[in-house]
Parts: sequence; structure tokens; C-alpha cells
Amino acid sequence: MVNVRRNRTLISVATITTLGLALAGCSGGAGGSGGEATSAGGGSSPTSEDFSGVTLDVSASWSGAEQKNFEAVLDKFAQDTGATVNYTSFGDNASTILGTQIEGGNPPDVALLPQPALLQQFASSGDIVPLSDAAQSEVAQNYGQSWIDLATVDGKEYGVWFKASNKSTVWYNKDIYDQAGATVPKTWDEFMQQLQLIQDSGYSGISIGADVGWPITDWFENVYLRTAGAQKYDELTQHKIPWTDPSVTKALQVLAQLFSSDVVEPGAAQRTFPESVTEMFGADPNAGTVYEGDFVAGNITDDGNSTVGQNALFYDFPSIDGSAPAVVGGGDVAVAFNDDPATDALMQYLASPQAAEIWIPNGGLTSPNQAVDTSVYPDDTSRQIAEALVNAETFRFDMSDLTPSAFGGTEGQGEWQIMIQFLEDPSDIQGTQQALEDAAQAAYK
Amino acid sequence: MALAFLAPALVFLGAILVYPVVYTVIRSFYSASGDQFVGWSNYLAMFTSDSTFTAIRNNVIWVVVAPFSCTALGLVFAVLMEKISWATAFKLIVFMPMAISMLAAGVIFRGMFQQDPDHGVVNAAIVAVTDAFGGPQASLPGAGPRQEVGLSASDGGAISADQAVQVGTVQDFPLVGVRADEVPSGAAQAETAPAPGPDQITGTVWLDVVRGGGGTNGQIDPGKPGLPGVRVQAVGPGGQVVASTTTDDTGRYTLSGLDPGQYSVVLPATNFETGFTGINWLGPSFITAVVILSFVWIWAGFAMVMIASGLSAMDRSLQEAARIDGASEWQVFTRITAPLLMPVLLVVFVTLIVNVLKTFDLVYVIPPGNAKPAANVIAVEMWRVSFGGGNDQGLGSALAILLLVLVLPSMILNIRRFRADRQR
Repeated sequence: MVNVRRNRTLISVATITTLGLALAGCSGGAGGSGGEATSAGGGSSPTSEDFSGVTLDVSASWSGAEQKNFEAVLDKFAQDTGATVNYTSFGDNASTILGTQIEGGNPPDVALLPQPALLQQFASSGDIVPLSDAAQSEVAQNYGQSWIDLATVDGKEYGVWFKASNKSTVWYNKDIYDQAGATVPKTWDEFMQQLQLIQDSGYSGISIGADVGWPITDWFENVYLRTAGAQKYDELTQHKIPWTDPSVTKALQVLAQLFSSDVVEPGAAQRTFPESVTEMFGADPNAGTVYEGDFVAGNITDDGNSTVGQNALFYDFPSIDGSAPAVVGGGDVAVAFNDDPATDALMQYLASPQAAEIWIPNGGLTSPNQAVDTSVYPDDTSRQIAEALVNAETFRFDMSDLTPSAFGGTEGQGEWQIMIQFLEDPSDIQGTQQALEDAAQAAYK
Repeated sequence: MALAFLAPALVFLGAILVYPVVYTVIRSFYSASGDQFVGWSNYLAMFTSDSTFTAIRNNVIWVVVAPFSCTALGLVFAVLMEKISWATAFKLIVFMPMAISMLAAGVIFRGMFQQDPDHGVVNAAIVAVTDAFGGPQASLPGAGPRQEVGLSASDGGAISADQAVQVGTVQDFPLVGVRADEVPSGAAQAETAPAPGPDQITGTVWLDVVRGGGGTNGQIDPGKPGLPGVRVQAVGPGGQVVASTTTDDTGRYTLSGLDPGQYSVVLPATNFETGFTGINWLGPSFITAVVILSFVWIWAGFAMVMIASGLSAMDRSLQEAARIDGASEWQVFTRITAPLLMPVLLVVFVTLIVNVLKTFDLVYVIPPGNAKPAANVIAVEMWRVSFGGGNDQGLGSALAILLLVLVLPSMILNIRRFRADRQR
């Protein structure tokens, strides 16, 4: 929902950015804060280097507690190198604010972008610089291939994924599962069996809150990534294959199997998402399971009747037809706006496990960095979320966040609305595909 | 000289009225990005897309129903109020919704019309009434048969054995879908039914779920409770009930006195009825009615106050003259009061039409996601297309112009009336 806004500003900023470049060219010097770093000069090895007197500007979306935690990460770098690091938050307006700064010739040295689309945009406009060889080798050591691919544009690697979120988590009420004798399923068939067990015991197997369509798009993305694979997922995201493709049929058939069965609590299309969480973790639970991302933990805590880690637990989205562990999610990627040694050193530092391990114990950070010692996570649930993330063989960004917002991010139209209709009437798979394709064609124009 | 005095007002009006209208007209001929002239294609798209069509259709329904209902209600309130002593209190109450923001009113109505009787007060009231006229209290609401053991549930909820049952045999009913803590009190461990006599059919009705898992589906295992008090019927080939009984604490039943032959054994639906589950007010079929109702709730007070002030300004000698001449109250109202009120009624009516055409907040807030397309109106469609993620301000501008064109006639009518009033 936030992304609606992001995507919209993206387009306008693309034009502003090019305009800004032209202006910067005229004014003669695109110096800014980057220039200060150049004066330090010399060397390539990361934290051992002395950068005293150098000032680095870092921007990210985080504010409040997240800002405090990230500043602690930056402070460590400042201590080790003697550099001064200033942090500013751009809130939800990454593209607008960074675009304006670039236009003014004064971008930060490092920014953490919440959208891979922004990375692609800045990379193709030449505003950000590729990682140095040293930084690349640091990333290669610590990250899975999915994450490297997600930060690569035209064969050049631009970014370091610092923070990630996991949208492939299925949350369950342990009390209800225990009562029904249900266990944690690994495969889709087992998943359906467990839901039936819960249904037999008098509770609804699963609660879906699809008052607006985004939870169903997340359902679809998880199933599609498992049934069609990462390559098709990318192609569908870019609309290189149509929504009438047989791979989409397959995924919708899997979903229809669930949506048309009686294990889904009735009334899904009128329930808001938080209500669906309350249906299973509230004072009077009616359902045993709910699917959504790691942020469900926040909904559960808000509701206050269940405790994450005790009776509110999750398992990974089940594998379908033997698919390898895959995660749909989001994340923040660090990119550098210049190739000064100090900037480069900071990028290497952000790619190292030490940086993430400063924040992780304070909560709120899931790191995609494989080298991070998972024992530093503050509780079992966050550790489990992180392990699912780094162990996933495939990681993909939430598809509906990457599509034009008229298609994948607007209430009452496009994918959101068509998916609600599909939830209500899962029998018409062909019609659903055609409706999706029509909506996509209108939106990708 | 006159121009100099008018200049500030003209500049102001030009900047905030004329310029936006003219620019919107121009913008409506350009593409979504605004850099490509597309001629009439936005207007074409507007009249060919399903969602806009629904919006226009709904606007028509709104215009036909809402202003008339508001004005009629307001008139009734205003006239009746003349006869009662606590008129001010009544006026205050009816007018009060006007003081609430439309958004808040929308939230209230959405809450009131929730389908779940535990949440929505309207369905709760209906449930309370239906319960008061009492259906039989089901002991096992929502229970169903265990799959794949030769039982099935009818659409009405009755559970029966798929095969006809021979007298002198056993027919068991393993059921699921009852929570362990909702098993009727007194239930004991299920037991195997006694061997049936020659004129009997026996069996056990039990909850085929072991708390915490385990057991074999369709078998009486330790930990599976019998379900007491379940009505069991033997139904003959003609559909007549020939014997009936209820289960004991261990879930066993015995149907006796049966003639030899085959019967169908049924657990009637009264055992399992979940009762009235509420009307789907916010579903696509009722949603526009609910939203219009909320509008009437808010604006009837406005109509009432306007009409009441018209009434109080009225010269009563005509009515008195009519009464003396022997006119009935109804005649006085239809022949004298209503015609005299006509100017006020028209102003109220026209104001409401303009308001109805522009209606946004209620339609934006009340419908849940699945009913949103069904409740769509032009103003919401315009916002959604241009800002709500659609990001097509060309089409949005075209819709805005359509709205303007629809509002214009009533505006012109209003201006004409004002002018006529002044000349009088």
C-alpha cells in the first residue's frame, strides 16, 4: 500500500533525474559531499584504514528505533576508521528525495534503497557506481546468488542487501494445532491435510483476510514461485510472458484447491487482514492458521491475546511438487553514489556479518547475510525467520510491488480485485487468467 | 474603475476556478503521462470500461433515490414536528448526523452492517428477533460427517447414511467439526452399540476426533466422546419417519419397533443448525442500498431544517382560510402548504442532487474490498483512476469533466431560481 506511492513517484522521478543530470552538467561540478572523501585518498583494505576527517552521508528509510539501531551500526564503522558518518532518513519517499538530491548534485555517499526497481533506475542513469572488487568478494563470501542477482544490473553488481523481510511464513496457533493433533507440514499436500485435521476438530483450518486483494497476491506469488520457478517468476513480473501462460494456470489450480475447500473460514472477502489474524490469535480463536509475511508477528503483538514464540508460531510456506526452499519478500539494498575509498570501505563493512550483528540483538533486523551468526537473534521466532531467508535457494521480491501500481498495487482494480474475485469463485481459472492479462496489458502500456 | 475593484476577485476566481477547469479539460485529451495528445480516447475509454459504466449506473440510482428520500423524509419530519411539543429535541436529534463527519458516519455504518451478528448490530437485531421466535436449539451446531465412511450431509444439514440400512444391523455415525470444549456436557467415552434385535437398528454417534491427535478415522478409539442428545430417525421408503430416538451419554441409540425391510437412517438437520448467520449487507447486492441509507440518515436532517424554516416563515392565514372553508388536513397540506413550500423544496432537492453526484466519502469508506466495484460512483472512480494508484490523470480528468457536465444543469437551475427570486 505504501508501494502505491513509491511506484508512482518513481516514474516522475525518472524524468526529474535525467533533467537533474543535465543541470548538474551545466553547473560544472557534481561535487557535493563525495568530494570531501576524495581528499582522504589511498588504500583499499576496509576497516583497518584510517579515514579521520572524512565525512560520509548515509540515507535510508528508517526512523525511530530502526534509525537508532542503524546508527549504532554506523557508529562502529566511525570508531574503527575515524570517519564521521551522518545518517538522514528519507522516510517513504526514497525516489523523490534521492532524486532531488541527485538533481542538486548532492546525493548521499551511501543510500539504502527499499526497492530493487530504484537500484535499476539509478544504475541505468549512472548515478550509482558498481561495487569495487574488494566489496564484490566480500558479498560473494556472505550472500546467496539470489541476492547478488537482485543487485546486478547489466552484468554489474551495484548493491549490498542489508535488511530483508520474509513473506513466506505461515503462522499457526499452537494450542489449536495441538488440540487437533496437527503437525508442521513440509509439503502442500501435508499442509492441506493439517488444515483438514483442524477443520475436523471444530475450528476453521485457515483464515484469510482479503478485504483488499494484497494478501491473495502474496498467496499467488508464493505458489507461483514454487510451481513455475524463479525464471518464469521474473518473466511474469516483467510481463514477458502473458498471464494466460500455462504456468499461471498451474499455480491458480493449486490455489483453487485450497480456496474451494471448506477449510477456509467463510467470509474471507469481507475480512480485513488484521481481523484474520485476530480470528486465530485473538481471545476467542476460530481458525488455526493464517498466511502472511513476518510482519504478522506485529499484528499478533498488537492484538495482545497470544505471544509470538509461545503459542503463536510459524512454519515456512510449504513446498509444492518438491520445490526447493524459496522465499518471497522485500529488503533494503545499500548502494554507493561514488567510488571514494571511504565509501567503498563502508560498503564492505555493510556487507560484513559484523555490521548486521550489531543491530540484530536489538530486534527488527532480518539479515540476508549468510555469514551472520544466527545465535545473535533475540528470540527463536526471529532466528527461524532469518534462517528460512538465508537458507532459501531462491529469493524473489514481492511481484505485485514490482508491477505497475495500476496493476499490482491499487485497491479495487487490477490484480488485487481479480484475485478477490478468484478467491470467491475459484472455479473460473481461465476467466481469471484472461482478466489478469487484460488488466496487465492496460497497465504495462 | 469598476474593473480595478473587481480585479482581486477576478484574479482569485481565475486562479482557483477558471484555470483548473480549463486545464482539466485540456488534460483530459492527453495520455496518462500527459505528454501525448490522444484526442477523445479518454472519453471513449470512460464509456466503454465496465467499472465506469457501473459508476455511472450507480450515480443514476443515487440521483433517483437519495434526494427524493431525503426531501420526502425532511418534509414529513418538518410537518409532523409542527404538531408536537418537544419539536426542538426532535429537530436536534434528526439534525445531529450532520455534525458528524461523513468519514466517521461511513465507519459507523460499516460497523453496523457487518455480516457477523457478533459485530454488526443490524444482523444482531435480526438474530435476536429470529431467536425470540425460537427455532429448536441445536446441540451440535456446525458438525459434519467424517469423510469417506459412507455418510453424507444434505444441503439442509441433515446427515444420513449413503446406503439404506437393513433392520437388525448397526449404523454408526462418526462426526467431525465439533470443538473438544463444545461437546455437550455429560458426554462419556463412546461405546460400541449393543447388538440390534430383529426389529431394531442400533449404532453410535460419536466425535471422531481424539484431542491432541491420533486414533483411526471412523473407529471408536479411546478418547473419542459419544455425542449425547442427538436425534436419530429411521425414514421409510416413502419419506415418512417411522421411528425416532435420541442418543445416550455414550452416543448409542436404538431404533425399535421397525417392520422388516430397509430404512434410511438420518440425523435430522435440527441437530446441527447453526441458526441465522446474518444477511450479507455489505456484499455486492445490497451495498449501494446501505450506502444510500447512510446518506439519507445524514442529509434528512438538513432537509428537515430547511423545510421547517420555510414552514415557519409561511403566512398561515391561507391555511386557516382553507380550514374555515371546510378543507380536510390532507387537502390543506396538498393544496396549500406543499405548493407554498415548493421553492424551498426545490432548493433542498437541487442542493441534494449536486451533493449526491459528488458523493465520495461514504462510497469510499463503507464497502469492503469485494463490494467496492459494485458500489462505485463517478467521484470515487475519478479519484481512484487519477490518484488512487491508477495514475492515469488523463482519464481522471475526463471523468471530472463528466461529473462537471452532470452537475451543471442543477447548478444552472439553482442560479435561475435565485435570479427569479431577486426579480420578484
